Amino acid sequence: MSSVATDYTNKVNVTDEVAEFPQTIVEEMRSHLTKYPKDRSRSALIPLLFVIQRERGYIDNPGVNFLAKFLNLEVTDIWETATFYSMFNLHPVGKYHIQMCKTLSCKIMGEPELTDHICSKLGIRAGETTKDGKFTVSRVECLGSCGTAPMMQIGFDYHENLTAEKLDKIIEECQ
Amino acid sequence: MEIRAIGCEPLQLKRMHIENGHTLDVYRQTGGYESLKKALNMTSDEIIDEVKASALRGRGGAGFPTGMKWGFVPRDSPKPKYIVCNADESEPGTFKDRYLLERDPHALIEGMLIGAFALGVETCYIYYRGEYKYLIEIMDRAIEEARQANLVGRNILGSDFNCEFYTHTGAGAYICGEETALLSSLEGFRGHPRMKPPFPAVEGLYACPTVVNNVETLTSVPQIIEIGGKAWQELGTEKSGGTKLWSVSGHVKKPGVYELPMGYHDMEKFILEDCGGMLRDDKKLKACIPGGSSVYAMRADQIIGKDVTLDYEGLVEAGSMVGSGGFIVIDETVDMVDSTKNLTEFYKHESCGWCTPCREGTDWLVKIFDRIWAGGGRPEDAQLILDLCDNIEGKSFCPLGDAAAWAIQGAVKRFPEDFKKHLLQNGNGATNAGQGQDLH
Repeated sequence: MSSVATDYTNKVNVTDEVAEFPQTIVEEMRSHLTKYPKDRSRSALIPLLFVIQRERGYIDNPGVNFLAKFLNLEVTDIWETATFYSMFNLHPVGKYHIQMCKTLSCKIMGEPELTDHICSKLGIRAGETTKDGKFTVSRVECLGSCGTAPMMQIGFDYHENLTAEKLDKIIEECQ
Repeated sequence: MEIRAIGCEPLQLKRMHIENGHTLDVYRQTGGYESLKKALNMTSDEIIDEVKASALRGRGGAGFPTGMKWGFVPRDSPKPKYIVCNADESEPGTFKDRYLLERDPHALIEGMLIGAFALGVETCYIYYRGEYKYLIEIMDRAIEEARQANLVGRNILGSDFNCEFYTHTGAGAYICGEETALLSSLEGFRGHPRMKPPFPAVEGLYACPTVVNNVETLTSVPQIIEIGGKAWQELGTEKSGGTKLWSVSGHVKKPGVYELPMGYHDMEKFILEDCGGMLRDDKKLKACIPGGSSVYAMRADQIIGKDVTLDYEGLVEAGSMVGSGGFIVIDETVDMVDSTKNLTEFYKHESCGWCTPCREGTDWLVKIFDRIWAGGGRPEDAQLILDLCDNIEGKSFCPLGDAAAWAIQGAVKRFPEDFKKHLLQNGNGATNAGQGQDLH
């Protein structure tokens, strides 16, 4: 697959640097721990990785080092989980991460043509980021919105019943 | 998109079109939490017996009888017990739970509370797929509303029943819809399935007794307690009780979420009339995958004029399965080699990599389909694909491998004419390069 989210073939720059976060963010992270039994804090790992990704743009080495200390786990434990899930970006992505749903219902309703359209508009291929760092286009598997196919997510926002015109308008609003 | 009931009063869809149906006030005005009050005056056995009598079967895809699953939980276990709602809706073609979670979150809370009371559970988790973040926010607000009204927390409605609710997010992994993989994920690990037995009812979350149920399964529970298990079963058939949601997508005029009584007659009417008929009037129905992508695709001639009833037995008899109830309707413009290639890519991407037959098998299937699509199809490829599927089906660690095999076998066996034109002598099959497919 070509999406950036699952491309972990590139080497990660290994560093001992530990990320620092403002007190409010640390408090937010602590609040996730309260959902699970005291000796099961690893359960909070996925929600916490989302916080790291939101704050640092992607899952980076200093962010992972922070989580290892925060949860009293090994750095490799964090990577083990982080590299499994397609929503975790292990490399920087554009400010707007356009995720075109490519699975069957969207495909037969016109996703390949729409992906072609957006890629040529932005001058990139699926899996790439524009030079200005604004847009990344990924093709992802079923997003659970088949009745309103073709559809995509930008970040966490659903955009449904897409047409080329609608897509153009959404992109313009992102500028 | 349509959201409506056909052939029955809307039960699952009762609040879909009511303004603010997601709020506690409106939920209560429309009968909400009355079933919980009733359940709090019943014994555990009485509640489980009602669920058994309802013939409710798991709505996530496996169709396991819910009452029986609840009955497996050891009542005398000294460990804490858990109910985990599986809201990791990821089966291609399935999107029904999304609307339940968006517009009727209190129905899920009430269903889980009734289950928790019956099974002695004090902690409930709702595991959402990561992409459904906006739904988690809706549920967190609903849980808070319920807490303010003494429906969640300690001494619920003045009883000695305590129950806490938490939402939890996945991060993009189809495999986490498999209940043991979901539990691994909820513990912060990779979503790898676990060996069964022990089943989650005995050793699930944190090695404690755990029930994992789909959203629609749990939202059915308040209805069952309200009208009684037997009455709920009689809405459907003897073995497939109640009503069920069907997600319809693809080439129909009115895609959407439909609630039908189990045993609805028949599939042809449903597609060609209820769902508005084919999207383009001049294009005929070619295939329908009725249970999410993981079941056998049906040819039009297995549907039209065949009186296929929509329930567990009817679809098996017709050569497919209910699965998650995700109808993907396909018209004659689609090449089934192309659509099946799309699904092989899905299963390869979503194979968790834990066991060899599924990890390697799905990878090889993609390679073969890529070669065929690029014009290198050989006459022996159809058999090669079936042999590969045979080495995945029943030989992989969890049902993901079976699902991949069924989706692909169905297409190869039932649409030989589509494959034939790609599988010519000396690898000179039809070439499809440059048709917008090679977007990697």
